[in-house]
Amino acid sequence: MLRNAWLFPLIPAVSFWIILFFGKKLPKKGSEVGIAALLACWVLAAISAVQWVRLPHSKEHLREPVERHLFNWFSNGKVHIRFGIHVDGLTIMMLVVVTTISLLVHIYSTSYMEGDRRFTYYYAALSLFTASMLLLVVSDNLLQLLVGWELVGLCSFMLIGHWWEEKDNSNAALKAFFTTRTGDVGLMIGIIILFFAAGQTFDIARINELALNHGISHSLVLWGAFGLFCGVIGKSAQFPLHTWLPDAMAGPTPVSALIHAATMVVAGVYLVARTYGVFYSGFSMQVGGVNLVAIIGGITVIIAAALAFVQSDIKKVLAYSTISQLGYMVMALGVGAWTAGIFHLFTHAFFKGLLFLGAGSVSHAVHSFDMKKDMGGLKKWMPQTHTTFVIGSLALAGIFPLAGFWSKDEILLGASKNGYPLFLAVGIVGAFMTAAYMTRCVYLTFYGEFRGHGHPHESPKAITVPLWILTVLSIGAGWLSIGQTFSKWTANETFEFINTKVRTIEHPFNIGLAAGSTVVAVLGILIAGLYYWRNIGPREVRNPAAKAGYRLLVNKYYLDDLYTGVIVGGISGPIARAAYWINQNVIDGVVNGVGVATRAVGRFTYNVIDQKGVDGLVNGAGFSAEEGGSILRTIQTGRVQQYAAVMFGAAFVFAVVLYLNVT
Amino acid sequence: MYLNEFLLLAAFLFCTGIYGVLARRNGVLVLMSVELILNAVNINLVAFGAFRHTVAGQIFALFVIAVAAAEVGVGLAIVLLIYRNKRSIDLSEIDALKG
Repeated sequence: MLRNAWLFPLIPAVSFWIILFFGKKLPKKGSEVGIAALLACWVLAAISAVQWVRLPHSKEHLREPVERHLFNWFSNGKVHIRFGIHVDGLTIMMLVVVTTISLLVHIYSTSYMEGDRRFTYYYAALSLFTASMLLLVVSDNLLQLLVGWELVGLCSFMLIGHWWEEKDNSNAALKAFFTTRTGDVGLMIGIIILFFAAGQTFDIARINELALNHGISHSLVLWGAFGLFCGVIGKSAQFPLHTWLPDAMAGPTPVSALIHAATMVVAGVYLVARTYGVFYSGFSMQVGGVNLVAIIGGITVIIAAALAFVQSDIKKVLAYSTISQLGYMVMALGVGAWTAGIFHLFTHAFFKGLLFLGAGSVSHAVHSFDMKKDMGGLKKWMPQTHTTFVIGSLALAGIFPLAGFWSKDEILLGASKNGYPLFLAVGIVGAFMTAAYMTRCVYLTFYGEFRGHGHPHESPKAITVPLWILTVLSIGAGWLSIGQTFSKWTANETFEFINTKVRTIEHPFNIGLAAGSTVVAVLGILIAGLYYWRNIGPREVRNPAAKAGYRLLVNKYYLDDLYTGVIVGGISGPIARAAYWINQNVIDGVVNGVGVATRAVGRFTYNVIDQKGVDGLVNGAGFSAEEGGSILRTIQTGRVQQYAAVMFGAAFVFAVVLYLNVT
Repeated sequence: MYLNEFLLLAAFLFCTGIYGVLARRNGVLVLMSVELILNAVNINLVAFGAFRHTVAGQIFALFVIAVAAAEVGVGLAIVLLIYRNKRSIDLSEIDALKG
């Protein structure tokens, strides 16, 4: 199965076309095709995982990655652009995450999207998304990865704007698309730099190797890594391009769970992990200094967590939480804790997927996402959703022994062992804030008085069953950390080189740090809990500094205003004016000039060429034929003997000529 | 016997034919003159054939006689029709093809 990993993108791609062409005629409107395809993919992913774990490995737990070139995509001179697959522990981990979440979201959506006017289209887009994401994951070269990368961006756009009849939704879709595209410009430049720097190859393994062994000059690797990181900032919603992700919540909730929490947004993290050699070497992580990746990750952790406190929309809380957690992953990769970063990606996919689907279940009942206006006290009516949501929140907050505890702990451990006390502090503060805002979210949704209308009810089985499955995963996924199982399974040849230096894989479980981070998380829950349940603490903000801070948060640090007002306005305004000026003076001038010139040419053509030239020729031909005819007709006397005389005369002349030539 | 005696006879016949074709006005006589020209040619063909000891000349002559017979047939038919229409076979009066 490992050698046939190309099946992963192929199956959902086929399902996409089937749903697109035949979906509407099928009894379940195409959803059954999508679910069947994903089920097949999931089974294959499980088989692959088992096969991968069973592969023979060295004593450092290295397994030979399975590489296979499938076919030549195109060739240009000596450069062959190939389609290929590269399967290693990281790939397997992503395959498992993507197929699991996608399968559950497919099942969940049968109920959540029931009766939607574009139900079939929705399933087609889900299939296309899954195919693209799996293509991105299995690709062995950067160009193929870019194809998947852009396709998931397209699907994200399509699904955010699923209900495009409302202007806000289509705006959100456009914002998401353009913001990520901004980063993608950097990504493309980075890929081009690395392509030429590595001797005209897109092969990721080769680029990593060259970057680590100083086969490429350091400045080129630095710029290549910087370019790739721009793409990561856009796709993984890192500061300062994180603003699109909260708006992306305009899409259907299962889509938010799949694309904007578990899979697509972690594509950036995956890219860093996949091309880690470039980042490691480019940002000189071996020196152990503070670097751009860690800084951006760290900033994102804190600012996004702070923003989560002032949201009243449950999905936006989760969106900011996702940004914050993505910041954790990026920060972990930045401080050299490679395994910790991708392990957090792994666990986060499950509990954040669970939280989003839980939020979807709540909104299914109260038909709103506004926690302050339409929720509260839902524990009574929705016990299953409540239980799963609380477990997901605890997992996110990092409470022992749930999934988030293990992965967050590994990140903190990596930061402290690799000599980054600043980022250790950021991580701990982030953990505190995470615990607090999730407590607030749970309180506003499930406790207190019900503020909405009507009688909410528990969601149907198609919704609760995926919730319970994800709950189990949210509890258990972290246990892979015990005995370094996860790091052994994902151990990687390229990163063995790094690991020998920073020794991430060797870190034993540190009981002190684990206890510390748990205490901080519990403290966060307690303080928030006291504030909401016991009404302890200030109700109204009086302190002007706090008020200013609150306003800053409500306005999202004015980043949106900066982008739309200052940058987009500042650039698009002059551009629009310049375009108008060019339009009026240059283009209109050209158009009018062309018109005038055409008229002049037309007149010239008519008067000179047509009237004199062409007509002259035609008339001349007729006239000359007439004249010639009237001359020649005199010869045609009609008298046979005259003709005969001419004929014999000519024969005589020929005879004489012949005679003279012969003698 | 020399070849040139035959050739002289043929030349005489040919010239007589040319004269007849160009000078006579009677259509039938013109056709007869054409026959004289063809027979001059036949004499030449047979004479050259005998001179070179081949039968090719005689065969050609036979072909020419056959074609001449057909030609006279058509020619006389045309002259007959002209006579029926115009009550004359004077070639100088026949100029329907005048341009």
